[in-house]
Amino acid sequence: MNKYWILRSKKISFLLDKRVFFLTLLLCIITILVMIVSSSVGELHIPPLEAAKTLFGFGSEMNETVIQKFRLPRILIAFIAGASLALSGAILQGVIRNPLASPDMIGISTGAGFAAVTFITMFSNKSNALTVSIHYLPVFAFIGATIAALFIYFLAWKKGVSPTRLVLIGIGLMAAFQALTTLMIILGPIYAASQATIWLTGSVNGVSWQDVNGLLPWFILSLPVLAVLVRRLNVQELGDELSTGLGVNTNRERFLFLMICTALAGSAVAFSGAIGFVGLIGPHIARRLVGSSFGGLLPVSGLIGGLIVLIADLAGRTLFSPLEVPAGVFTAAVGAPYFLYLLFKTNG
Amino acid sequence: MNGIIHSTRLKIIALFVGMLLLCLLMALSVVSGYTDTSWKTAISAYTHFDGSNAQIIVKTSRVPRAIIGAVIGVSLAISGVILQAITRNPIASPEFFGINAGAGFFIVAAVTFLGISSLQQFMWIGFLGAGIAGISVYALGSAGREGLTPIRLTLAGAVMAALFASLTQGMLVSNEKALEEVLFWLAGSVEGRKLELLAPVLPYLVCSWIGALFLARQLNTFSLGEDVAKGLGQRTGAFKLLATLLVILLCGGSVAVAGPIAFIGVVVPHFARFLVGSHHGWVIPYSGVIGGILLVAADIAARFIIMPDEVPVGVMTAIIGTPFFIYIARKGKFK
Repeated sequence: MNKYWILRSKKISFLLDKRVFFLTLLLCIITILVMIVSSSVGELHIPPLEAAKTLFGFGSEMNETVIQKFRLPRILIAFIAGASLALSGAILQGVIRNPLASPDMIGISTGAGFAAVTFITMFSNKSNALTVSIHYLPVFAFIGATIAALFIYFLAWKKGVSPTRLVLIGIGLMAAFQALTTLMIILGPIYAASQATIWLTGSVNGVSWQDVNGLLPWFILSLPVLAVLVRRLNVQELGDELSTGLGVNTNRERFLFLMICTALAGSAVAFSGAIGFVGLIGPHIARRLVGSSFGGLLPVSGLIGGLIVLIADLAGRTLFSPLEVPAGVFTAAVGAPYFLYLLFKTNG
Repeated sequence: MNGIIHSTRLKIIALFVGMLLLCLLMALSVVSGYTDTSWKTAISAYTHFDGSNAQIIVKTSRVPRAIIGAVIGVSLAISGVILQAITRNPIASPEFFGINAGAGFFIVAAVTFLGISSLQQFMWIGFLGAGIAGISVYALGSAGREGLTPIRLTLAGAVMAALFASLTQGMLVSNEKALEEVLFWLAGSVEGRKLELLAPVLPYLVCSWIGALFLARQLNTFSLGEDVAKGLGQRTGAFKLLATLLVILLCGGSVAVAGPIAFIGVVVPHFARFLVGSHHGWVIPYSGVIGGILLVAADIAARFIIMPDEVPVGVMTAIIGTPFFIYIARKGKFK
């Protein structure tokens, strides 16, 4: 039996891996189920069937308000942010050719963190109220992420950018940004400090449709771009010499991919805070399931990343209710041990 | 690798000049700050103590601060030398070994669950946390089929650090009081630390300095590569264990007293190697002295930048250290 289905039209032909196809389908179904569960539990418990009905627009008015207004944006943001982070991690691991790379490493999360904390500190007045609308926070964070990523890229530039140098500079700047973030937290009022800590841990609590509208375009825009570029990512992973030999302008493409990474991770971090470990373990789990060819790896990583954050958020708001634990705590608590297990199993 | 100072006599002289500079800076650290004090007040605080404000500040705040800063700087720099040699990684340092994050995690956990709030108790818990984090990183890095390899040690350290940091933040989110108490500690500072804090860990630190000097020859052998070291008859397993123990004592003691202070451990060994080449018999004392100088200088600068407030010295070292770090990372011939 053939592993692939061959799709052919006059101009293009396409190999579809059966395993990837079924797996993607299965993950989609699981995602939808988790979304339904997630929209059904909470302070007001709505039976799952009712919740499903409401999601598709046939629920009672009360349920509709709760789900549409409060739970759905949260679910969507969690999923999209997780998917974006995992995609970004998968791309980065290909470009840097190291399975341990993650968006945090090229300064995106810490850059965004610094910008966000600066924003919270600068625009808090004496009575702890923000002097400008909180909706500017994602804008600030996104700009911070972009500037940090560009900064790291240009500092690592020396007749081209070597992946190792990129990581080294990234780690160094990460520490510097963290120090500056701490400074900002100390300078600001204590209320701002606790706000900032929540943000830095990563939480999707209290997001609105406005946030979904802000995040969604980045995600949707990047999908077709990735679909087109996925072949080249496979080439990138072969190494500089080989990919140059195959006729690729390695540095230019690397820059392009890094920009996509930044857009994805930056937008995710801007709206959900710095949720850790998803960008690292999402692609890892995906690689175990479908192998390392990016055609299958990207969609599966995205779905797994989305699922992880969805579940983390669900656990965060139900397990210790009424206390809300930020989703980022759960992703770290689950992600780090899994990662250590990987470290155990693989050979250095 | 050869440094810029070649002759042995010059190396000895330069080392003494360095120590002298360190002493001078410590003295400067005693007299400078928000409350104006003169050299005379500083001296008479010990000879003719009259209970004036300036004298009390000198005695209870400035002098301990200068001494603690120097000791911590020396310890961090030496631990960086050892770590870089055993991981054969030019950017290895305590913060990448999970030690700082481990200490932070245990302290925040103690504040949250046990309601502890004195610096003295912080110190012991931090020491404990650093030890546990260091040992678990070592165990994780050496578990598995091929035993301890530098890259596994580095990775295990990075992951443990990230794990501890996330959990710490998680606890802080749910506990605003704890946040207030540990915030300044988490930034790394030598301000407000009393000498009694340093006293319990000082013996460990000093023993580790001496131990590091004794290990210098082994470190030289080991930095040729583990296989070569084995071939030359070194018992690499025992050596790695001993070296790691020293690192844990040095970093653990430092982080327990002053909180996490970044970049001293990464940057200073490079400086020292630039000066005296890669022989560890020289690199270790040079790193120690330079580390002390850097931390005391950073601490002095930290008082003036946003006067009357203070920048935590951990932030200062990060600001000073980052450009050097970038220089090192760019200079390295990394493939």
